[in-house]
Amino acid sequence: MTITFESRSSNEAFARSAVAAFIAQLDPTIGELNDIRTAVSEAVTNCVVHAYKDRIGKISVNVRIMKEHTVTIRIKDSGCGIEDVEQAMEPLYTTAPEEERAGLGFAVMQSFSDMLKVRSAVGKGTTVTLTKKLSPRLSDA
Amino acid sequence: MEPKSVMHGSELTIYLTGEIDHHSARKMREAADSLIQQKKPSLLKLNFAGVTFMDSSGIGLVMGRYRTMLLYGGSVRVVNIPENLRRIMELSGLGSLNILERSGELETVK
Repeated sequence: MTITFESRSSNEAFARSAVAAFIAQLDPTIGELNDIRTAVSEAVTNCVVHAYKDRIGKISVNVRIMKEHTVTIRIKDSGCGIEDVEQAMEPLYTTAPEEERAGLGFAVMQSFSDMLKVRSAVGKGTTVTLTKKLSPRLSDA
Repeated sequence: MEPKSVMHGSELTIYLTGEIDHHSARKMREAADSLIQQKKPSLLKLNFAGVTFMDSSGIGLVMGRYRTMLLYGGSVRVVNIPENLRRIMELSGLGSLNILERSGELETVK
């Protein structure tokens, strides 16, 4: 499933809801769904606030259902890119204190998913890939 | 929509509702700050009972109000934290500020 939308803050809720609606077919727990919504919200917000700081650009979100109850969610922008990914991922590091950003975006993504991959090129954009393993459901038995 | 608030003595309670993300946090922040300015409470209680979702923008919202209240010589308590928000609240380091109500310490919503 892929959706593409503009980097307006009003789309943050749309993006996390759309991903949650798609994943609902796997019958996730409420906790798992909440984790995914939270991680997606952080990733999309980063695109709105940082990747397209002073302009509107396109964000695409791709969700794939893999084997063994695993989902991968890829959030991609063609914005400014991150110069030092390692530094950006440090908890409390933020370049937007005036927005009252806590600097916890990546820390939350990390904590609410099973695997987080960030690929970025300055001037080209950033791709964040989140992997979440869902617990096996009773209905599979 | 303006959040519901109650002033009781020098204690101001703001009832936050809905989903807190980067988009919605801005309005909540402005509303909270204007209430703080008007009422000048010594204790600000942020009641999260009506909050159904939050990402790290909610943490920014609490941290910001914590700093504002410190400037006024007051303090902040975060109360009625729904179970599903507890993990993100605790992950944020807000726990170490000792402003989060412990679980089981529920207050009734007026």
